[in-house]
Amino acid sequence: MSPWNPRFEEMPAAELDRLQYRLAKTLAYRLYAFSPLYHARMREANVHPDDIRSLEDVRKLPFMYKRDLRDTYPTGLFTVPREELVRYHVSSGTTGKPTVVGYTEKDIELWTESLARAFTSIGLGRGDVIQVSYGYGLFTGGLGAHYGAERIGATVLPTSVGNTERQVELMQDLGATAIACTPSYLLHIGEVAEKMGINLGRDTALRTGILGAEPWSEQMRRHIQERLGIKAYDIYGTSELSGPMFTECAEQRGIHVWRDLAYIEVIDPESGEPLGPGERGELVITMLQKEALPMCRYRIGDITSIIDEDCPCGRAHPRIERITGRVDDMLIIRGINVFPSQIEHALLEIPEVGEHFQIVVDRKGALDEMLVRVEVRKEAFSDKIADLMQIQRGVAHKLRNSLNVAVDVELVEPGSLPRFEGKAKRVIDRRVL
Amino acid sequence: MAANEFIIRQISVFSENRPGRLAAIAHALEEERVNIFAFSIAEASGFGVVRALVDHPVRAHDRLTKDGFNVAFTDVIAVRMRDEPGGLYEVARLLGEAGINIEYSYAYSGPEGAVLILRVDRPEAAIAAITAAGKDLIPSSAFA
Repeated sequence: MSPWNPRFEEMPAAELDRLQYRLAKTLAYRLYAFSPLYHARMREANVHPDDIRSLEDVRKLPFMYKRDLRDTYPTGLFTVPREELVRYHVSSGTTGKPTVVGYTEKDIELWTESLARAFTSIGLGRGDVIQVSYGYGLFTGGLGAHYGAERIGATVLPTSVGNTERQVELMQDLGATAIACTPSYLLHIGEVAEKMGINLGRDTALRTGILGAEPWSEQMRRHIQERLGIKAYDIYGTSELSGPMFTECAEQRGIHVWRDLAYIEVIDPESGEPLGPGERGELVITMLQKEALPMCRYRIGDITSIIDEDCPCGRAHPRIERITGRVDDMLIIRGINVFPSQIEHALLEIPEVGEHFQIVVDRKGALDEMLVRVEVRKEAFSDKIADLMQIQRGVAHKLRNSLNVAVDVELVEPGSLPRFEGKAKRVIDRRVL
Repeated sequence: MAANEFIIRQISVFSENRPGRLAAIAHALEEERVNIFAFSIAEASGFGVVRALVDHPVRAHDRLTKDGFNVAFTDVIAVRMRDEPGGLYEVARLLGEAGINIEYSYAYSGPEGAVLILRVDRPEAAIAAITAAGKDLIPSSAFA
């Protein structure tokens, strides 16, 4: 299948190195000149744009943090006058003040270009009907996917989030071939469709899922692919990067990050030291061409690793493995780091329980206690208490093994745990610290 | 009468151990006009299983499933006992002597006498032993 933009997608690595160096240096000058916060930070770090003499020198530049966006709320990090802006998006701010991002015409263009390449790389194009079930509005997901899908000549069905029965009806009536949404919402759509007597794989034209905006696992991919009869691709991005930006290619082996648009590093979140390919740590991303809100060595907070091997698709653009957690989602239970994604990962290997779960963390005396609630599947329900208790013990054992921390397990009724139509909030932390 | 005519379909419902769950089950059955002859709750940590003998097991099953409950049919047998001292002993002894294990059991005492509901490891053998001893089993046809 031919790439959307052969010039950049097929550019040899050495040429990409030179391009990235030039773009990074230009970015450093831009920030030095127009960003008071970053100017001060560069002076503090005793680094000047002139000091960037090779691509590796990017590592001399100081980090940017999520809190920089909040501290300069609403637009203190922008480097263009307001009349240059064509759009704002605002993140929901689950962890504090909302953050505002802005776009020039070129920013929107490159965001769209990035997704056009990505969607083409998974085989979508003219003739496809792409149902965009990410939220439209202040959230970047809906409009981002929408623009990318239109750019490649596909037909967009902009359903946004919610009214799931209607989503299923429209999917069927208008022949959607692909859907962009969160993985948990797609599972929810699948469940609602089943209740309506519709099997997505058999009764609709749906073949492709473009899934992201929340962490998910390889097991969940297998589960979705088997259960719904589609190919599920991981998509990655956050509003600070513009929105959803990058996806896997048809190989489904990691997310390609276009080198002409972004420079990526993975670091140890504690020490800030760079990690090698395959080593898991915090993703640091430099957006090389953003105008309105340049992001340089941005500590995005997502945990991943860089896959440095050549991709069979031939693109000399590095891949990152799927996001396995957030630096700030990490729960510390009795001194052990626990990521909710590990729990999801473990549960998908236990056929007796469903994929939804809830974590309740409490402190009894001086000790942290973690309770995981899971739904017993219909097929696994037995009238015998002993069988149910065995499931309960089995789940506890499995979680203990994969988290290295003891977990209480509660079996709950099917369908009783909250389903999420946006980002999943699965942790209730009742600890008073 | 064939042995399987004495095998009765009990409904078993998975329930979380929190206020209102039994009420939700009972209310659904009321709305379906399903009458409960006997029922018991077995409890474990955080959850329980409600077991009930009802006059319309299929209707009860479908409604509770529709309401999102985990529901299963379980085969049980129901033996009439003398409603006087020694009645239970008589039935329990004959099952014990036949080497049949009782997994669980509950009972009700109605206007037409006492009934013992049994979940056993070998229902056919239990039916044979009970019938041979001249005891009455309630046929499944008593439950529509």
